[in-house]
Amino acid sequence: MDNTQTLLGLLGTGPSYGYDLKHGYDRFFGAEKPLAFGQVYATLARLLRDGLIDLLGEQPGGGPDRKRYEITELGRARVATWMFTPDAPEPLLQRNLFAKTVIALLLGDDAGRLLDGQRAEHMKRLRELTAAKRGADLIKVLVCDHAMFHIEADLRWIDLTSARLTELRAQVAGA
Amino acid sequence: MRMQLHEPAGPLLSGRDLRVAFGGTEALRGVNIDIHAGEIVAVMGPSGSGKSTLLHVLAGVLKPDTGSVTYNKVEITALNEAARSALRLSDFGFVFQFGQLLPDLTAIDNVTIPLMLSGVKRRDALRQAATWLDRLGLNGHGDKLPGELSGGQAQRVAIARALVTAPQVVFADEPTGSLDSLAAENVMVTLTELARATGTTVVIITHDPRTASYADREVIVRDGRITAGQSAEALRL
Ligand SMILES: Nc1ncnc2c1ncn2[C@@H]1O[C@H](COP(=O)(O)OP(=O)(O)OP(=O)(O)O)[C@@H](O)[C@H]1O
Ligand SMILES: [Mg+2]
Repeated sequence: MDNTQTLLGLLGTGPSYGYDLKHGYDRFFGAEKPLAFGQVYATLARLLRDGLIDLLGEQPGGGPDRKRYEITELGRARVATWMFTPDAPEPLLQRNLFAKTVIALLLGDDAGRLLDGQRAEHMKRLRELTAAKRGADLIKVLVCDHAMFHIEADLRWIDLTSARLTELRAQVAGA
Repeated sequence: MRMQLHEPAGPLLSGRDLRVAFGGTEALRGVNIDIHAGEIVAVMGPSGSGKSTLLHVLAGVLKPDTGSVTYNKVEITALNEAARSALRLSDFGFVFQFGQLLPDLTAIDNVTIPLMLSGVKRRDALRQAATWLDRLGLNGHGDKLPGELSGGQAQRVAIARALVTAPQVVFADEPTGSLDSLAAENVMVTLTELARATGTTVVIITHDPRTASYADREVIVRDGRITAGQSAEALRL
């Protein structure tokens, strides 16, 4: 999953300190592996350099936690592009898709649309694999089938998540 | 992309602003859809979203409350029941999920039904039915009753029955719903290969992505509306 885009997306909900950002991230995405502080600050420095976020004045006292960051228009556009560009179907896609879905809900954006976009991308790949199986030898057929089962697993997750968006929106809002 | 030498043909089947309510339940809430000749289209979406209702409306089985269905430049929603019934018999074939074969008739007699209804003589009907059973790999099963066939075999008999009249459009509602993966794949390979070879248009409802992947494209029905799906991009024209 793309931590840079996810942190930028979280900043889209309002200005924040690095410390709060890390905890916001961990709440949704850090269940298995919390984000390291070092990674948060390195990412923020990069986003700042690229003009995707701004510094909102510094509190006296020094130290990284005194800095408050705000997303820029450029940053918002970057988040929207990330959310609504379907990923290539491949194993372990699900975490990035989950991050996009949660960020879309946090930003009040159309999470259903990004899931539909991803579904279309997956169906396209499934059609390609079905076409590749036509007339192929059994070895090739079985290789295609293996890829197809993974895509089907993603699709089931997409369908289930689509059906539960209202519920998920409420949970994310209350988190 | 091939150059269009003639005026573009336009869709074979199209629905405009289709609305259907059953009492207080709005099954279709303004559906627009275009299906081109020779296309294989999968209709997907959650249970209760209106897929079967849409299929019935497109096939002229059910009249929508508002909106129109045009098939081959004829507005079928303006036809009376007798005319629609004649059209279904001559131009459409149907495959349903289960309970569709008449249990007291043999497989081959089931396949002859639509031919006999169209006035084909029994002897000719039997000959044509036998040809289709062969094509579907059911050689030697023609004299069995539906209860003596496996699920996949029965499904293939149903496909033979849907194709025996050489329909322009086949409508299929969950044709692989009760089958295991391999049987479902065999049914889909058979159905789509025959359809592509004959240029038959197929509209197929399925909740199974693998079944849908035999289609050229899919449309998603949600809450009585088409919410997503690929446009003409994937057309094989
Ligand atoms: N004859 C009927 N009388 C009353 N309500 C109906 C009738 N047919 C369908 N409905 C309702 O219309 C809605 C759409 O039904 P439809 O059968 O089209 O759904 P579907 O998408 O085919 O679902 P499934 O995947 O479960 O087959 C449902 O809420 C259903 O209860
Ligand atoms: Mg149905």
